Amino acid sequence: MAQASGHSVAPHVDEHDDAHEGHPGELTYIKVAAILAMITVSEVVIYYIQWMHDSGALVPTLLVLSAVKFATVIAYFMHLKFDPRMLTWTFLFGIAFGAALILAFIALFNNHPIQYATNLLP
Amino acid sequence: MAQAIAGLETAPHGAGTGVGHDAGHADHPPTSTGIDSRKLGMWLFLTSDCMFFGSLIATYMIYRGRAEELYLAGQGKGPLPHELLDIPYTSVSAFVLLMSSMTMVLALAGIQKGDLRSFRVWTMATVLLGATFLGGQWFEFHEFYHEGLGYTTNMFSMTFYTLTGFHGLHVTLGVIWLMSLFIVSLRGGVKKDQALNVEIAGLYWHFVDIVWIVIFTLVYLIPYKDVPTEGAEHALRAMGLM
Repeated sequence: MAQASGHSVAPHVDEHDDAHEGHPGELTYIKVAAILAMITVSEVVIYYIQWMHDSGALVPTLLVLSAVKFATVIAYFMHLKFDPRMLTWTFLFGIAFGAALILAFIALFNNHPIQYATNLLP
Repeated sequence: MAQAIAGLETAPHGAGTGVGHDAGHADHPPTSTGIDSRKLGMWLFLTSDCMFFGSLIATYMIYRGRAEELYLAGQGKGPLPHELLDIPYTSVSAFVLLMSSMTMVLALAGIQKGDLRSFRVWTMATVLLGATFLGGQWFEFHEFYHEGLGYTTNMFSMTFYTLTGFHGLHVTLGVIWLMSLFIVSLRGGVKKDQALNVEIAGLYWHFVDIVWIVIFTLVYLIPYKDVPTEGAEHALRAMGLM
């Protein structure tokens, strides 16, 4: 049944992992956590590199690193990589809707700005 | 009470990962999706929570930089974000919450193997890390307030406190939920065949973590406009000479 609903193939797990019913074992979780910690350290380090600010590369780099962390947590810790695809699509729908909401509001308020400070706008 | 919060009040239904053959039980026929309804329900809740946080983040992003604009126009007041936000301090908080996701998933792995001791140790570690994060947030709010940033001080303060406060509320609920699971397990109420209850609590906890990943980047790491609020420039601005 699960296969029929799009169950993902068996995950790759480390040889010494004690995987449970398609989920990876402890060793995989610890490796993933170490990668996430390294990405977080990278984010903070690049924040203090002046060249990143001056070149305009800071914000895109931070957004990419943040997206990688986000995807890694939902894939491994929330098991979307191993659970039925239906759950992935369900959650992606929510993320897409949330992102659309953010973009729509930002576009709306950019095109029709509220005149907060009377001497700021022409 | 603790059992009710932990979702263990009734007899065990499914077990394991809540998919495939585990989705059903002798008393409960398999679902048409092959996914346990409780697990699917949690995912649907998290989907709706994406939109909840989406609206809060949208509001924050719309008003981002407005406090500085108003201040420069002489119609707003500080303190402003670049004077308050402490990146090293918040980085530690972000790291703590990230590591709590690891301990949570290790707790799940423990109960799935029937290792109650491992489950309890990692669950308590998750609770402690979550409580540490909350303590850090309380301290941050306390410091900001004493620096003069009340809830209605400016547009930054209102959107900042609302967004991070609602996230903190989610973390608080997660800590209570996990603490309840821990207490119930001490009374023998959490067993290997009830691992799905732990997995559902874990999904909520990881969601709280991924929301903080987004908040940490958008609120803390993306730089703010550096508006002078002290010294000669500030004095000139206050006199209307700048």
